[in-house]
Amino acid sequence: MTEPTSHLEPVAATRIDPKLLEMLVCPLTKESLDYDAARQELISRGAKLAYPIRDGIPIMLPEEARPLTD
Amino acid sequence: MALSGIRAISTRMTSPVVFDRSLVRRRLARALRAGYADFLLVRAVEDLMERLSTVSRPFPLILDVGTPTSAAADALRRLGTVTRVGPVAEPGAILGDEERLPFSGGRFDLAVSLLSLQSVNDLPGSLIQIRRALKPDGLFMGALLGGGTLTELRQAFTQAEAELEGGASPRVAPFADVKDLGGLLQRAGFALPVADSEVLRVRYGDPFALMRDLRLMGLTNALVHRRRTPLRRATLLRAAEIYGERFADPDGRLPATFEIIWLSGWTPHDSQQKPLRPGSATMRLADALGVPDDQDPAPPA
Repeated sequence: MTEPTSHLEPVAATRIDPKLLEMLVCPLTKESLDYDAARQELISRGAKLAYPIRDGIPIMLPEEARPLTD
Repeated sequence: MALSGIRAISTRMTSPVVFDRSLVRRRLARALRAGYADFLLVRAVEDLMERLSTVSRPFPLILDVGTPTSAAADALRRLGTVTRVGPVAEPGAILGDEERLPFSGGRFDLAVSLLSLQSVNDLPGSLIQIRRALKPDGLFMGALLGGGTLTELRQAFTQAEAELEGGASPRVAPFADVKDLGGLLQRAGFALPVADSEVLRVRYGDPFALMRDLRLMGLTNALVHRRRTPLRRATLLRAAEIYGERFADPDGRLPATFEIIWLSGWTPHDSQQKPLRPGSATMRLADALGVPDDQDPAPPA
């Protein structure tokens, strides 16, 4: 009926620690970030960048971030 | 290639771009995949824990900035919760740049950084960001490679290139001097700054073993103005020869110098000792010394 747990565990393991999330700011503007759980991105409105979270690891490098187009 | 270098400089007015930061991270990533040569880092972690053991104070929240492996973070977990900003993506860490830390004001009780800050372009800027990540009365303790590092290799390459190619190109990175770093800590806003240095001598059978270790520490040339053409075989062999001629110990083994500079400083807090303001004395120096003051005319005889 349910999915085998082995399928669920990786998802749980890659979820970002909320305490970590709360302390991170944009490395360029030092402003707080919005967490997009669906896309696994940390959004900096000021820098217009989306920092990816890969396998639960925040990649806080502007050169790795996705530019946001408004 | 030359053009991209110029553009990189013009977009950052605060400090010259000496290191290719992305290349520094790639070199480290390669070293970590191949098996990081950790003898310097193991030593630095031991020193760090010893230095911290003399500070009688709890450090519940700790930040590790840029240490190549999790060795320091693993040791520090005995003291508190460690948040780690590393040079490569690794579980439980944040991938980030020491020059652009993703933290804002006053979160940590202790910040450490081992063997990483020698390859930032803007050391004052990195120190300021580390200070801002600390709470008031928080401690920063870091170790970076200093000016005495790889002096033999630098001289051997310079001489070999001068002999065979009629000029030298930058092959060994410039390192900071211990005498500059105390002032730098102070300018970055740290109180009670201390910088001291320790020189380690590591011995190798041949210069190629040293170069292999440097590659496995991610310390090979990541200078922006590095020469982009491959090192000529003749030059490499001549440099190895010069290294042996000029620096070999009597038993034929080759010493390589590594200077580790230790930095520490506290974020300012009212409880810290500090010099009094000029003119704030409540007692005259002459009275304290029990001697007559020059301004008091001697009684006429």
